[in-house]
Amino acid sequence: MSFDLDSISTAWQASEALCSGKVSSEAHTRALLERLRALEPRLNAFLAILDDEALAAAARYDENRSAFASPLAGVPGAIKDNMCLIGAPNTCGSKILAGWKPPYNATVVNAILDAGGVILGKTNLDEFAMGSSTENSAFKVTSNPWDFSRVPGGSSGGSAAAVAAGAAFWALGSDTGGSIRQPAAFCGLVGLKPTYGRVSRYGLVAYASSLDQIGPLTRDVRDAALVMNLLAAHDPLDSTSWPEPAPDYTKSLVNDVSGMTIGVPKEFFGQGVEEDVASAVWAAIRLLEQKGARVKEISMPNVEYALPVYYIIAPAEASSNLARYDGVRYGHRTEMQCDHVAMFEQTRAEGFGAEVKQRIMIGTYALSAGYYDAYYLKAQQVRTLLRRDFDAAFETCDLLITPTAPTTAFRIGERSSDPFQMKLSDVCTIPVNLAGIPGMSVPCGFSNGLPVGMQLLGPAFGEETLFRAAYTFEQSTDYHLARPDLRPCGESH
Amino acid sequence: MTSDTQTMAQAGPYEAVIGMEVHAELLTESKMFCACSAEFGGEPNTRCCPVCLGLPGSLPVANRKAVEFVVKAASALNCRINRATFFHRKNYFYPDLPKAYQVTQYGDTPIGIHGWIQIETPEGGVKRIGIRRVHLEEDTGKLMHVSPLTSEVDYNRSGVPLMEIVTEHDPRAGFDQINTAAEAREYLVQLRAILTCLGVCDGKMEEGSLRCEPNISVRPAGSATYGTRTELKNLNSFRAVFRGIEYEVRRQIETITSGGKVVHETRRWDDENGVTATMRGKELEQEYRYFPEPDLLPFTFEESYIEAVRGGLPELPSQKKLRFCERGLSDADAATLTQDMALAGFFEQAAEIHGDWGKVATWVLGDFLRLLNQSGADVAGAGVTPESLAAMIRLVEDGTISGKIAKSVFEEMFKTGKSAREIVEASGQTQISDEGELLDVVRRVISENERIAADFRGGKEKSLGFLVGQVMKHTGGRANPGLVNTLLRRELQQAD
Repeated sequence: MSFDLDSISTAWQASEALCSGKVSSEAHTRALLERLRALEPRLNAFLAILDDEALAAAARYDENRSAFASPLAGVPGAIKDNMCLIGAPNTCGSKILAGWKPPYNATVVNAILDAGGVILGKTNLDEFAMGSSTENSAFKVTSNPWDFSRVPGGSSGGSAAAVAAGAAFWALGSDTGGSIRQPAAFCGLVGLKPTYGRVSRYGLVAYASSLDQIGPLTRDVRDAALVMNLLAAHDPLDSTSWPEPAPDYTKSLVNDVSGMTIGVPKEFFGQGVEEDVASAVWAAIRLLEQKGARVKEISMPNVEYALPVYYIIAPAEASSNLARYDGVRYGHRTEMQCDHVAMFEQTRAEGFGAEVKQRIMIGTYALSAGYYDAYYLKAQQVRTLLRRDFDAAFETCDLLITPTAPTTAFRIGERSSDPFQMKLSDVCTIPVNLAGIPGMSVPCGFSNGLPVGMQLLGPAFGEETLFRAAYTFEQSTDYHLARPDLRPCGESH
Repeated sequence: MTSDTQTMAQAGPYEAVIGMEVHAELLTESKMFCACSAEFGGEPNTRCCPVCLGLPGSLPVANRKAVEFVVKAASALNCRINRATFFHRKNYFYPDLPKAYQVTQYGDTPIGIHGWIQIETPEGGVKRIGIRRVHLEEDTGKLMHVSPLTSEVDYNRSGVPLMEIVTEHDPRAGFDQINTAAEAREYLVQLRAILTCLGVCDGKMEEGSLRCEPNISVRPAGSATYGTRTELKNLNSFRAVFRGIEYEVRRQIETITSGGKVVHETRRWDDENGVTATMRGKELEQEYRYFPEPDLLPFTFEESYIEAVRGGLPELPSQKKLRFCERGLSDADAATLTQDMALAGFFEQAAEIHGDWGKVATWVLGDFLRLLNQSGADVAGAGVTPESLAAMIRLVEDGTISGKIAKSVFEEMFKTGKSAREIVEASGQTQISDEGELLDVVRRVISENERIAADFRGGKEKSLGFLVGQVMKHTGGRANPGLVNTLLRRELQQAD
């Protein structure tokens, strides 16, 4: 059975092809495996390619199609390499976890597999999801399919690059300060960070527990709704999981925003936001206004503190979450013969990369007796103020729209030596994690051939509003239909 | 205070101040944050899962039963229950701590605060010992050093729910303090009795399910400030608690009076040699980087929940003791009986069946306790039941067996589980209460001991005892002693 992969680029199209009997899951899977193998030397999106497992899952679907009701059944995708999948390595992009294969599945992985989903492989990321460019991976630097000399964003850069390059119909990322939305914006994809607690974190290797959330990276809004329908559920294994059942997000794919009030917080358009980005986002806002939404400029005075607050809370939690990598039970252990204290120190010195070490140091400092009140406690207090800014905004607005990132994708290596510039690329996404609310990046234009994303924000558990507004925007535009030119240099038209 | 009285106070006797930190493993079926069995033992690393091994990605879910147990215990310890409480992470590196942090409760909002236990001092006084906090946490794994170069870790115990109970050291709280090893032991005895009575802990110090780490310091009697304290570890029995503290108090006083200084450190009790020795220094306060555990939500108790737990508390040892005293038992007897709920239950059942609480108490506290201690059996494992004990005492009362024979009968009951009647009938040990049969023996004993009989007649009352003993000897101890007494007196007077 042969087919034209280029005619199918979204998960829902792949699903339609499966349902019509035009193509088998095995054919989809083989075609994508072939494509990603061909691209991988330039793309570097994958840390593990799971041919056998993926083909076995495809065969399970093909042999018994009626057993699987989900539209994503038989549709191949990829997961970030910080989500546990039995039998596959789980590196988190770190040498310290090299060789470790989890003996259990993450709850989201079970949800995908139980629905008949096919997992092609595990995607590259900044080490322990700490970074904004995927350059902090201990194993490889992923490229942006729109320009191979540029970063795909991060930390879910591998997932974003894989979907943007057509090597996977969907992918899962995790988002602690923008790690789904910023790469989605850089790669021209839809990326959703759900409300904290909406998707189970069980089996997601923790970076910062109070901020981490799993979500989809897809080519369009419908695909994001389909993936969310699988992910969003109460999980008794995660105490922070929301107990209410999740709605059917495809019901929110409605082309209508009339009567909706869109807030535009001016603080998100401030220093560092490129003019092209700002104008693309404003154009999108005006388009929604034309479709019947009311637009309102608002102010959120505490947003300017989000970055420093994040860089205390996230490293503090990380310093504790990453303390378990001590060489005793799994992963890397130093070859050095020494007592247990020296073994801990040497193992960690060898296993962690520079960015991770820096954040562990900052977090350890912030939690130390004598500094706790001045840093961690103060940061939590400011976090509450920031939350109140959002609460106040959602009293008069149904959703907020901001840029997802101040710029388009930057060049590989461009910001590696400038940690402040690197961290500034998350300035629009970080406040959202601190507030625990949902945020979605949607393609809204191009600047010098590079995708621009806008960020839609809703109140806690307001994902449906985001889907509705994003879908309405998508129906009137074709940014989501644009595809990068993946031919190697020199093979011009 | 003049400098003279100050000098006098310092030269005067020293007093010890003892703080008690007790860890009790909770008797829940599953561990604190996962579904693994919390039972003691098992092949190493067979009672583990991703959660209690701290595997990357795993998350904790709090055990409701464990929370309820702590609310129960805190209520029984007269604590105030914090309506809102949460967990913290205590961060430190050690191979037996798989996440490199322990989930515990730190700060002002543990489940229980400001409670107390009443104890009786050996001098007959009463002290109300303050309890500063009662909180819930998880246990660590166990590290075993198999060779100088190799250690192995067993994580079966990792994540077992632990309750920590700490005494109050702040005098402003208005409670009494523990000042002697005997008081410390008594505090632990009372605490153990309460916890086992509630069924939240089995109280086995030897297995480590109840662990006690006292803080000890000494100061001139009457001083308002504390001396430098040491912490004692490896106290695996009540005896060790008593001896260890007593030794440490003496050592500290000797150190100070000979011009030395007590060092702030952790010391290990060496039970074999009866000494404490330095384990590790505490010059540097450990940096635990406590912060609220983000993987667990804070929990709040409804008033109705706390009321329900309080309402469901069983009769506590102190209440039981009062009730036993009201039935005529001495304070000491009632205290001993109510230290162990199984023993108290056994006693009360037997006393109810038999009716004479004093007589039953004598048997339970005497022969029954002695046999329990000798055999190492627990109350449920003994061959004697409350019913069979009551029936045996009745056999003594109706003269079927003598008190002396009853002792050996009881021992056999304890070992075999047979009833007193079965044993007595099988061995022919019934008591001789037939006057004709005894009279022959009495007359023979008098004629064989003319001189002693004469002594009695001459007014030497004590001589009768000897003659009774002789009758017993001739009857193999089976003669009814009351009857022997009567017959002897009658015969001796008649021959006058």
